[in-house]
Amino acid sequence: MSPRTPGADLPEHPDRLWSAAEPKASYDVVIVGGGGHGLATAYYLARNHGITNVAVLERGWLAGGNMARNTTIIRSNYLWDESAGIYEHALKLWEGLEEELDYPLLFSQRGVLNLAHSLQDVRDSVRRVEANRLNGVDAEWLDPQQVKEVCPIVNVSPDVRYPVLGATFQPRAGIAKHDHVAWGLARAAAALGVEFVEHCEVTGLRVSEGRVTGVETTRGTIAAGRVALCAAGHTSVVAATAGIDLPLQSHPLQALVSELLEPVHPTVVMSNAVHVYVSQAHKGELVMGAGIDAANSYRQRGAFHIIESQMAAALELFPVFARAHVLRTWGGVVDVSPDASPIMGLTPVEGLYLNCGWGTGGFKATPGVGWCFAHTVANDEPHPLNAPFSLDRFVTGALVDEHGAAAVAH
Amino acid sequence: MLLIPCPWCGPRDEAEFHYGGQAHVAYPEDPGALSDEEWARYLFFRDNPKGAFAERWSHSAGCRRWFNAVRDTATNEIHSVYRVGEPRPVTP
Amino acid sequence: MRRETGGRIDRTRTLRFRFDGRDYTGHPGDTLASALLANGVRQVATSVKLGRPRGVFSAGSEEPSALVQIEAPFPEPMLTATTVELYDGLVASGLPGQGRLAAEPDPARYDAIHAHCDVLVVGAGPAGLAAARDAARTGARVILADERPEPGGGLLGTAEEVEGRPGAEWAAAVAAELAGLPEVTVLPRTTVFGYYDDNYLVAVERRTNHLGGAAPAHVARERIWRIRARRVVLATGAHERPIAFAGNDLPGVMLAGAARTYVNRYGVLPGRRAVVFTAGDSAYAAAFDLVGVGVEVAAIVDVRPEPPYRAEAAARGIEVLAGHVVTTALGDPEVSSVLVGRLTGTGAVTGERALDADLLLVSGGWNPVVHLFSQSGGTLRYDEALGTLVPGTSRQAVEVVGAAAGDVTAGVPYWLVPAEDYGTHFADLQRDVTVADVLRATGAGLRSVEHVKRYTTAGTAHDQGKTSGLLTTAVAAQALGVPVGGLGSTTFRAPYTPVSFAALAGRDRGALHDPVRVTALHEWHVAHGALFENVGQWQRPWYYPRPGEDMEAAVRRECRAAREGVAAMDASTLGKIDVIGPDAAAFLDLLYTNMMSTLAVGAIRYGVMCRADGMVFDDGTVIRLAEDHFLVTTTTGNAAAVLDWMEEWLQTEWPWLRVHCTSVTEQWATVALVGPGSREVLAGLAPGLAVGAADFPFMTWRETEVAGIPARVCRISFSGELAYEINVTSWEGLALWEAIMGTEVVTPYGTETMHVLRAEKGYPIVGQDTDGTITPQDLGMSWVVSKKKADFIGKRSFARADTSRVDRKQLVGLLPEDPELLLPEGTHLVEFSSLPEPPVPMLGHVTSSYRSAALGRTFALALVSGGRERVGARLYAPVGDGLVPVTVTSHVLYDPEGARRDG
Repeated sequence: MSPRTPGADLPEHPDRLWSAAEPKASYDVVIVGGGGHGLATAYYLARNHGITNVAVLERGWLAGGNMARNTTIIRSNYLWDESAGIYEHALKLWEGLEEELDYPLLFSQRGVLNLAHSLQDVRDSVRRVEANRLNGVDAEWLDPQQVKEVCPIVNVSPDVRYPVLGATFQPRAGIAKHDHVAWGLARAAAALGVEFVEHCEVTGLRVSEGRVTGVETTRGTIAAGRVALCAAGHTSVVAATAGIDLPLQSHPLQALVSELLEPVHPTVVMSNAVHVYVSQAHKGELVMGAGIDAANSYRQRGAFHIIESQMAAALELFPVFARAHVLRTWGGVVDVSPDASPIMGLTPVEGLYLNCGWGTGGFKATPGVGWCFAHTVANDEPHPLNAPFSLDRFVTGALVDEHGAAAVAH
Repeated sequence: MLLIPCPWCGPRDEAEFHYGGQAHVAYPEDPGALSDEEWARYLFFRDNPKGAFAERWSHSAGCRRWFNAVRDTATNEIHSVYRVGEPRPVTP
Repeated sequence: MRRETGGRIDRTRTLRFRFDGRDYTGHPGDTLASALLANGVRQVATSVKLGRPRGVFSAGSEEPSALVQIEAPFPEPMLTATTVELYDGLVASGLPGQGRLAAEPDPARYDAIHAHCDVLVVGAGPAGLAAARDAARTGARVILADERPEPGGGLLGTAEEVEGRPGAEWAAAVAAELAGLPEVTVLPRTTVFGYYDDNYLVAVERRTNHLGGAAPAHVARERIWRIRARRVVLATGAHERPIAFAGNDLPGVMLAGAARTYVNRYGVLPGRRAVVFTAGDSAYAAAFDLVGVGVEVAAIVDVRPEPPYRAEAAARGIEVLAGHVVTTALGDPEVSSVLVGRLTGTGAVTGERALDADLLLVSGGWNPVVHLFSQSGGTLRYDEALGTLVPGTSRQAVEVVGAAAGDVTAGVPYWLVPAEDYGTHFADLQRDVTVADVLRATGAGLRSVEHVKRYTTAGTAHDQGKTSGLLTTAVAAQALGVPVGGLGSTTFRAPYTPVSFAALAGRDRGALHDPVRVTALHEWHVAHGALFENVGQWQRPWYYPRPGEDMEAAVRRECRAAREGVAAMDASTLGKIDVIGPDAAAFLDLLYTNMMSTLAVGAIRYGVMCRADGMVFDDGTVIRLAEDHFLVTTTTGNAAAVLDWMEEWLQTEWPWLRVHCTSVTEQWATVALVGPGSREVLAGLAPGLAVGAADFPFMTWRETEVAGIPARVCRISFSGELAYEINVTSWEGLALWEAIMGTEVVTPYGTETMHVLRAEKGYPIVGQDTDGTITPQDLGMSWVVSKKKADFIGKRSFARADTSRVDRKQLVGLLPEDPELLLPEGTHLVEFSSLPEPPVPMLGHVTSSYRSAALGRTFALALVSGGRERVGARLYAPVGDGLVPVTVTSHVLYDPEGARRDG
C-alpha cells in the first residue's frame, strides 16, 4: 500500500462561522442575495463605511447559488480599461484577503493561460496583453514552446484540429476555494454585526414615491433604508417587482469535476476557440467549466450535450485526461448582459442599487464588487471603478464589449 | 437535451435548433422616430421571466424554419409551439 | 478465502492478476474485490486524509473504500475494486486517495449511439426484469440496461426464489426470453448515469473493459447511449446503509448484504468468525447464508428489543443480542474483535463486552437508489418507518419499481451508536469524515446539510456519498435536534457513477473535432507546398514557400507578382448566397447600409452589413444577375452567420417579402486572377470574352467560357490591381486552376499576400480591423452608408450619443519612423514619448501590420481615437521595452488615386 497522498485534503474551517438570524423588522441596508457578491458587499459596507445594521437575505442556504457552483478562476487580464480597472482592483484585494479575513481561502496564484488557436486569436491576444501591461496588469505572450513549459500537458502539436499558436499568461491569476471565500467573508461580516437570514426569498420590492422602503419576503416584510441587489440569475425577477426592466438574460452554465488525481496540471488553462477552462483544484480534482446553454432557463442544470462537447474539447487540448472520470456535474444560473459586462450602480428607484450581469465572471470579481458596490450603496453614487458599468450605457451605446477580444469571460 | 416539437418536422433534439430569444419583439416601424431610450429598449431589453416565456427557435439543422414556443423557464417544459405571425397561445 | 464450491464463477479457468506488487489468481466471474477476498487480501486501500487501512465494504458501485488504480493493461485512475471485472493480466494497486493518469495517449476508441424506445428499464434485478418482460410482451420497443455483467441483480447474491424458481435461474430464463424478442435490447455492463428533460437519459456501456489486454482494438471500449424514452421504469434497487460506531472503517467491516453476495455469487468467504450488527431483518438472511457455508456467526447484534427471526437464528446456533449495539470494532490493521453493549431506555449503552470476530457485518437499513428519479425532477419524501428517502411525485413519464420504490425489508432507522468520542465513528469513509467532524460543523453554526457537506467534505468523494449521504444528514439532524426528514438532502446529480472523459468525448476528436472544410483546389495546394491557415472551419493556403524561402520572402515574391505581373488565389471559401425573388432588391436594401436596388443587372457593388446596434457585421460584394436575382458574397468565416441573419429577418420580421436565400458557397470554385498581366492571361484563356477596359468595365460581370469551362467572370479587385474573379462549378475548379497555372506566368498566392495587398489599399478585414465595436463611419466608409434610404439595419444606432462621438476609434494608416520596424499586430498607441505609470491612456491599437514590397517599407493599419484628425501626427507604440515613434497617415497607402485598377 502506498502512503497517503499529501495535499488530498483541505485545511480545517474554524470552529465558529456564523449564526443564522431571524429577520428583524427593519435594517438600514438589505442585501438581496447571500452569494459572494452579497457577502462581500455586506463586509465592505461594515468595514469601509461603518454601516452594520445590514441584513443579507438568501433564498436558499448562504452562498449556495453560483458562489458554490463556479470554477473559481481568478484573473484580471481583461481587454477594456473599464474591465481591467475593476477586475485588477479585485485581484489586488484577493492578494491580501486571506490575511485580512484570517481564513484559509486557498488563493493560489498559479497563473492563467488563455490559448490562441488562429492567427486572429493571436492578434487579439497580443492586443490584450499589451493593453493589460499599459493598464498595470501583469501579462505575457507565450509561444507554444513556452506554453508547454508552463503547462507540460497541453497538447501543442501542430497536428490537431486547432493547434495552439500561443497563449497569454497572467502569472498573478489563479484559483481559490469558493466556500472558504464565502465563509471567510460571512464570518468577518458577522463579526462586524451583519446578519444573515437564510431560506428567505425576496418576493417583492416595496417602493413608495420613487423610493425603496423595504422588501417582501417569504418570511414577511422587512423595511430597509436601502436595498442592494446581488441576486445574479434572479435579478430580473426581483427588479421586475419594482417595475425595473433590465437587459439581462438568465442561462444555465454547467461545470464538472473529476476524481482526485495526482498533480498533473500546474496552472489554469482557458481556450475560447476550443472551448475549455480547466484547473486542478487543491485536493487534486480537475475542475472544468462547460458551455452556457443557449436558451434562457432558471433550472440549475444544463443540457448533457454541452458536457459531451466540453469533454471532446478538453481531450483535444489534454489527451492525458482521457481516462479521468467525471464524478459530478452541476449547473448554475448566470445573468448575461448584452455586452458581457456587468451592470452596477443606481436605478431609477431611489435607494435601490443594482449589481448584476456578471455572467460567467462573477467569482473573480467578488472582493472588487464588494468594495465598489458598498461604496455605491453607502454614498448613493457609483465608485469610479463601477461608474462605466451603468445601466445608461445601453442607451448611449457606450458598451464595454467583452465579447470581441477578451477570450472566454469566465 | 430538450425534445422540441418543430411545427413542421415534429419532435427533434434540442441540438438541431438555434435559439432566438424572446418572441414578439417587432422591429420598430420607424426607428428614426424613436428616442434613444426607446431604441435601446428594442436593441437590448428582453423579458427574462421565471415561468412561461414566449421565445423563438429556428430548426437550423432541419427545416431551417423559425417558429415560436412557450416554454416554462423554471421547468423547461414546452407548453406549445406555433408559427411565426400567430398570436401567443393562452397558457395556464 | 474461496469456498470449495458455489458461486457464479468459472472454476475451470484461472486468471492471473497482480495487486500491490503481488501475484494472485482468480476466476472468470470474479470482481477484483471478490478475487482479493478469495486470496485473503482484506486491506485494499489507504484512506485519503488519515491514512487508515481500508477494505472491501460493499459488493457494488456504491463502494466507498476499496479504491484502486489500474496499472495494466492501461493505466486508469480510481475505480472501485467491487466493479472491476477480473481479467487475465490485470495489474492494479490500492489507492491512497488520488488516482494517476497515464502519460501515454489512450489507444482505445470510444463512440456514441442514439436510441429511441417505448420503455427504458434501468436495472435488471427482479423488478426490472419483470417490468422489461411485461413491457416486451406487449410488443413495445424496450431497452433494459444494467450496470452488471449479468442480469439478475441482487438475485445472483441470494438463494431466494422468484415465481417458484431459484432466483438466478428465473433471471436467466427471463433474460433468454427478452433476448429472443426483436424489439428488445438488453444492455449489460451499461450504467444509466444521467436523467435529463423530456425523458432523455444517458448511459455508458463498458464494452471491452472486462477483456483486459485481449480487448479487440476495433471495438469501442466504451459507448455512450443517448436514449429518448417514451416511458422509463427505474428498477435501480437499494443500497444498504452503514451505522456509525467506533472503528466502523476497519477492513473486515462490511455491509451485510455484500457479505452475502460474496458468499453466494462469488463463492468467497469474507471471514471466519462474524458478528452481525443490524437494525433490520435482511441481515438475518446474510447471517444464515454465512453459517450455511461454515462461517461462524458469533452473534447477531440487533438494536431492536424484539427482533423477529430469533427462533430461526437459534435453530442455527446463532445468539441474538436484542436491544444491543456494536460500540466498537477493534483491531489493527483489521477487525479482530468487536465490543457490544446493551441499549438502555435512553439510548445509552451499558455492559460492554468483547466478542472475537474477524468480520463485522453491518446493516442499518436500505436506501432506495433514487438518484435517477431525483435527477428526473421527481421529488423525494422521507419515510419515517424506513428511515430513508423514497420517490415522491414524478415530473416526467417515469415509474419506480421494486426496492428503488421503497420495497425493502423492514427495520428501524438507527444511525449512530453513542460514545464519548466520535473521532473514529466514520460517516463518510472515503472522505475520512467522522461524526466528530459533522458535530464540529453544526457547532460552527451551520444548519444546512449542504453547508455541513461542504464544511466536512462528506459526500464529495468518488462514491458521491452513496452510502454516507443520509448517515451524514441523520447525524447532523440529531445534533441539531431536528427530524432527519426536515433537513432534506443534498442534490443528486449526474453521473450516477463516474464516467470517463474519453467516453463522453467519443469520436469528436482530432480531425473529427470540428469539420475540416477544403476547397475543390485543395489537393493542388497541398501538392505545391502551400502552408495552410485555419479560417473558421476552412483550411486556406497561407503562402507557397519555394525551397529556401521563409514566409517573408515568399510573401514578398507573391506580392510582387500580383503588383507587377500576374498572380492567382483560391478565393472559393468566400461565402456565396443566392438571393432570389421579386422583393430581393428591397430586402438587400434593408440588409446593407448602402443602396442595392439601384444596382444594374450585370453590375457589382461592394456592401457592408451592420447589426442593429450599428456595428459592422460583414462585408462583401453583391452581384445582380437579374432583376430579381442577386448573388451575395460574404467573408469566409461569416457565411453561415450571414445566411442565418437573412433567414431570421425574412422569416420573423418581413415574412411578406418574397425572397429565397440559398447557400451556394460550395457549388462554386472561385479564382482571383490579379495583376497588370491578368487581362492578357484571361484573354488567352477566354477567347470569347471582350476583356478591354471599356468592354468589360470595373464592377461588372460577364458569362463566358474560361479554358473551355462555363464561367462567370467578375471584374472586382481586393488588391487595387486590375483583377478578375473567375467562378466555375466546383467540379471544374481544379481544371480551371490548372489551366491558369498552365500558362506558366501566373504565381499562386495565399491569404498572407492577400492581406498585404488589401492593407496597402486600406481595405479592412471584418474581424481583424473591426471587433464588433466599429461602425462603417469608423472605417472611413461613410460613402457606404446611404443617406437616401429611409431605414436599414443599424441606421438608427448611428444617431446615438456614443456613435456620434468625434473621438471614436477610426481606421488610419501608420508608418513607423524606422521603415524596417514591423509593429506587432495588437500593439497599442499612446501620445507619450516616455511611459507614465499605469494605467496609461491608450489611443488605439494596430489591427494589421506588414512589410510592403510596393511601399518599400513596413506599414500598419490601426484603430485610433479621433484618428482621421491625427493624420500627420506622431504617436508612440510600446514595442518590447521601448517606445517606437510612428506617423499617422491615411489608411490608403498604395495607389490612392486608383490608377492601377484598369491595368
